[in-house]
Amino acid sequence: MSDWSKAVSAGFKPDGTVTTGNRGLQMEEALSFEQDAPGRTGVDLPEPPKVKDRLGGLARKGAIGLPGLSEPQVVRHFTRLSQKNYAIDAGLYPLGSCTMKHNPRLNEKMARLPGFGDLHPLAPESAVQGALELLDQLAHWLKTLTNMPAVALSPAAGAHGELCGMLCIKAALEAKGENRHRVLVPESAHGTNPATAAAIGFTVEAVPAKANGKVDVEAFKAKLGPDVAAIMITNPNTCGIFETEISALADAVHAIGGYLYCDGANFNAIVGRVRPGDLGVDAMHINLHKTFSTPHGGGGPGSGPVVLSAALAPYAPLPLTVHGKDGFKVIETTPASGEGAKALGRLKVFHGQMGMFVRALSYMMSHGADGLAQVAEDAVLNANYVLARCKDLMTPAFDGYCMHEALFDDRFLKDTGVTTLDFAKALIDAGYHPMTVYFPLIVHGAMLVEPTETESKDALDAFIATLRALAEKAKVDAQHFADAPKLTPRRRLDETGAARKPVLRWRPETVQSQAAE
Amino acid sequence: MRFSKDHEWVKVEGGIATVGITTYAQEQLGDVVFVELPAVGKKVKAGEEAAVVESVKAASEVYAPISGEVTEVNAALADTPALVNEDAEGKGWFMKLKLADMKELDALMDAAAYKTFIEGLH
Repeated sequence: MSDWSKAVSAGFKPDGTVTTGNRGLQMEEALSFEQDAPGRTGVDLPEPPKVKDRLGGLARKGAIGLPGLSEPQVVRHFTRLSQKNYAIDAGLYPLGSCTMKHNPRLNEKMARLPGFGDLHPLAPESAVQGALELLDQLAHWLKTLTNMPAVALSPAAGAHGELCGMLCIKAALEAKGENRHRVLVPESAHGTNPATAAAIGFTVEAVPAKANGKVDVEAFKAKLGPDVAAIMITNPNTCGIFETEISALADAVHAIGGYLYCDGANFNAIVGRVRPGDLGVDAMHINLHKTFSTPHGGGGPGSGPVVLSAALAPYAPLPLTVHGKDGFKVIETTPASGEGAKALGRLKVFHGQMGMFVRALSYMMSHGADGLAQVAEDAVLNANYVLARCKDLMTPAFDGYCMHEALFDDRFLKDTGVTTLDFAKALIDAGYHPMTVYFPLIVHGAMLVEPTETESKDALDAFIATLRALAEKAKVDAQHFADAPKLTPRRRLDETGAARKPVLRWRPETVQSQAAE
Repeated sequence: MRFSKDHEWVKVEGGIATVGITTYAQEQLGDVVFVELPAVGKKVKAGEEAAVVESVKAASEVYAPISGEVTEVNAALADTPALVNEDAEGKGWFMKLKLADMKELDALMDAAAYKTFIEGLH
């Protein structure tokens, strides 16, 4: 059987135009397991020599369950899957709160230098001095950009960084013999903030935002007390607005003996312009895969270093790279005294995402300090351009300028029968990856557009023209939106069915029963 | 039936209050995929988190509109969370509470006041 006939028998429904499920040269693709032809293989392996086995009867007797595929089948399989993927390399990716910016190829070139690319994590210190120097330089840049005295490089991504920062706060409180259990989080927070605090045993309290989208400092102050461990806020916040009263909040939480955690997911809007250390922040994670252009999403991994204030610095997790007598030294295990003695332990194997460190430092050095300041400037300019060009047809959630992301609500869709979700799906048909939708939760039918500094005016103009055309169309043709997306390999997926009755593992029987239906 | 600003409803019969989320709330949430209910016997205070409702859009806390002890939860929601969408103010009820203080009901809205309240939200 050919690939497509297997695909069809595996449950794909031809759409009437074609019998194959293919569209133009966009190929339908079955799972590799569904393409299995027993005995087919990409390589000829010689019969294993007869040797006496020492497995004591534990040798596997049955099939190992790998599909039989030829090399071109495997190549086509993964190439076709990759063509179904959407990536920043394919076009605009305006996901708010995600900073999907271009990943410069220079970063990739640097990461592939043999001295970095071929490193072994267990190589002796003396053989990896260059790599350790890179860690030290990256740390220097991150500390300088944030005006914070210490940084933990190892956290694997943003939420892991939050965990690191909050564990440092917990360790600092324990060292003082204090048992504070409350953490205050604004309602507009990323979901990971309360999740992190709750995961390590804190009680989370949500604090409502003000009508202008900013945190309500008075509401926070009213909740502060001797049992508050920390406040977690995001700046700029998830509404794309700079929290102008963050210093007052920092003073208030410090006055009662608590700490200020800042979610650095939106650091791209202020990098090179504002130093969180100057605002009274005690801990902040920095998503290298956002602000510092390392690959994001499926192209990751992420990387989430955490900068720490002097109060929290002693608790930073191991390993620490320090200046020794004969070059750089790595503190791997907790010493009895001195640097690292109070470290809260280890969060990640080895140093963290070394490949991302190379890319991030490459990005920083190729931009320079002035270039990074321009990154923030252009990111904010681009978002305000989208906001200004769309605000007569779409409804901005808040008045005034925004930072790096333009936030709209769904008032402009009122009485059209079109929802935010429909609008997002129609964007896909028009060739754009949708913006973040229904987040932040405090804005009704939210659409959060973050163009980043990467996009040119031409690219933004084309996107804006599409947004405007769809906003006009929504007034007269709701059906167009209800039917979208029409041009994708799949139409709307059954999200409800997937959530209520998840099928988490492929089994041959499932395929057969579906084919029989 | 009385309503809270957090979009819960309460219906009192013989000292037992049945609690759920309003039709408006389920419309806003979209398809409900999971409901987490409190343990029977748990004492909740008015305004405290009592349950969690998860939809395709978001997970949200459900607050106890009044204080009381949980006497029963709607076990049908475990297998059929869609009941919340189909009949939010009937078969999609969340929990029954033994009321601690009838007077707390006075702080909640009646149907007309709730209708005005949600109209004011847009």
